[in-house]
Amino acid sequence: MSQKTIKSAISRRQLLGGAAATVGGMAAAPLAGAAESNPANLPPNVSEWTPYLGAGVDANPYGMPSEHESHVIRRTVEWLTASAESSVNFTPLQDLDGIVTPNGLCFERHHGGVPEVVPADYRLMINGLVDRELLFSIDDLKRFPQVNRFHFLECAANGGMEWRGAQLNGCQYTFGMVHNVQYSGVRLSDICREAGVKPSAKWVLAEGGDSAGMNRSIPIEKILDDCMIAYSMNGEALRPEQGYPARLVVPGWEGNMWVKWIRRLEFGDAPYMAREETSKYTDLMEDGKARMFTWVMDAKSVVTSPCPEKPMISKGQNLLKGLAWSGRGKIARVDVSLDGGLNWQTAELHGPILNKSLTRFTMPFKWNGEELKVQSRAIDETGYVQPTIEALQKERGVNSIYHNNSIATWLVKSNGEVENVRLG
Amino acid sequence: MYGLDKIKKGARTGVGFAVLTGFAVAVSGMALASERPFGLGTLATAEQVAGWDIDVRPDGKGAPIGSGTAAQGEAVYAERCAACHGDFGEGVDRWPILAGGHGSLATIDPVKTVGSYWPYASTVYDYVYRAMPFGEAQSLTHDETYQVVAYILYMNDVIDEEFVLSNKTIGSVKMPNRNGFSLPDPRPDGQPKGEPCMTNCKVSTKIIGRARIIDVTPDSQ
Ligand code: HEC
Repeated sequence: MSQKTIKSAISRRQLLGGAAATVGGMAAAPLAGAAESNPANLPPNVSEWTPYLGAGVDANPYGMPSEHESHVIRRTVEWLTASAESSVNFTPLQDLDGIVTPNGLCFERHHGGVPEVVPADYRLMINGLVDRELLFSIDDLKRFPQVNRFHFLECAANGGMEWRGAQLNGCQYTFGMVHNVQYSGVRLSDICREAGVKPSAKWVLAEGGDSAGMNRSIPIEKILDDCMIAYSMNGEALRPEQGYPARLVVPGWEGNMWVKWIRRLEFGDAPYMAREETSKYTDLMEDGKARMFTWVMDAKSVVTSPCPEKPMISKGQNLLKGLAWSGRGKIARVDVSLDGGLNWQTAELHGPILNKSLTRFTMPFKWNGEELKVQSRAIDETGYVQPTIEALQKERGVNSIYHNNSIATWLVKSNGEVENVRLG
Repeated sequence: MYGLDKIKKGARTGVGFAVLTGFAVAVSGMALASERPFGLGTLATAEQVAGWDIDVRPDGKGAPIGSGTAAQGEAVYAERCAACHGDFGEGVDRWPILAGGHGSLATIDPVKTVGSYWPYASTVYDYVYRAMPFGEAQSLTHDETYQVVAYILYMNDVIDEEFVLSNKTIGSVKMPNRNGFSLPDPRPDGQPKGEPCMTNCKVSTKIIGRARIIDVTPDSQ
């Protein structure tokens, strides 16, 4: 298997070069397919997998993707961080359809590695300004009334490398710190009622049981509005790297607040000013002052094909695909430009269009080999318009690292290659 | 205030609220059960809470009893921290820098450290005790933590060598960048005036930067 994988990876790499040389002269022939096809498997011949029995049931008790999809993986940028235990990898958005991120492809960000929590020894502690300080086992949590909701989770530093210019040449590296799954779990408002929150409680400190003891302050208004403790994602138990056995879900707000392996919620009358809301996750402006408590993830969108990892392989009919999301509500509209923002057309949104969830858009188009500057612009139900990088730089300078939700540009060259570029 | 309103509303709209309450009473027979809509979980003892309640707030609330000076902290730092953070907090290789950066925040190359950026001394205690040394979380004693935090503050010229950092004094330490943060969040910002432009928009489409040329992307495809 591994040999085959390596071979297909190599031919894919060669393909990019090959495409560069030949796409210009092609009509609508599928170059990628032509390059890798074995005529013996094509009609009128009987394909090699047809005559014989395939693998039986239980060959894979937990099913995995086809080996031909082995390039669809999370990837990291090693030079970004000093250690793999406090690091990040990225979701391969360019390889996905629809709005659900498969569990194994959800990007990871840890500050002290992935703890191996034993579910029987897991406890969630509730303490502070409550009538009753409580401990819940995972079985206790599963006996509460259940909610099931799709939400995107985006790191506030998604796109953070791109404040000063186009740096990383990939959709995965520039937009991949986002994922979208269906969570099953408990409303925090139910847990609050169980503990009896005192009127003086205004803030909640959420704390993880990992080696970073990740802790963030959250206003009680948000806790009671739509936060939940999730124990499942996409129908199965949370993956260890996503907080097994339980994590906090803070819909629409920056991913760092969604404390994984959550062990404690403390109710207090003031914010705690943890390291992750002072030293980090504050947005440094040009004048040297920093914005604090910038929790909401503003509306954003990205074209996931074509993109640097998904070159154009044929002239003629093509499909542009992308994702849009907003921490303020539902996506109302996505516009696409193929000429660097001079002219826009509205893309088709595909349901379900959910609150604080990724939303899929597509736009069929014809390509005759000319250079394109592809952009997308999301507008949410509050009327918020995804801004240009110039507009954000004008307000915030280039030092803020976090909350870059600006419009990106993919340059499609006439040879089909696609590159991340900055216009201005 | 806002919290309570919502809780009350939530309680009233909870489906099966009364039924579940009755269930809880019947099952556990506890006096408090009538106030607990679900009767789930167990009461945490003071001892259990004390073991996990490790956070320290800016006003010093939560700071455990203990104390230490920078003079005492130098040895702890050298033994437990310097290998990564450097003898002077300068940061070895790509490990984080802990000192310096004063006056850099408004420049093109801001250096954010405990001394140049952090608004509260309590945060240093809270973070070091819960997460440092990296990979040996919660292994320092409270006195060692006060000592090494005092040493970091001393390296940043926030306190002098003999200042006794303790649960009584930590809330009063004034950090240089205490007033460097703004609230509330002013967003949404960067919004176009009027409807977003659809045709013949006035934008520059000249390419001024290319990721290919910077060439820092891992070779993955
Ligand atoms: C093995 C290397 C290592 C050792 C030893 C170590 N640290 Fe750290 N330190 C780190 C890493 C890595 C981070 C950042 C973790 C993250 O990304 O969340 C960090 C972060 C910090 C920070 C926050 C920096 C900032 O600006 O946000 C402080 C303060 C700190 N360490 C203090 C200490 C102290 C005090 C000790 C000794 C008791 C210590 N560290 C020992 C690796 C180390």
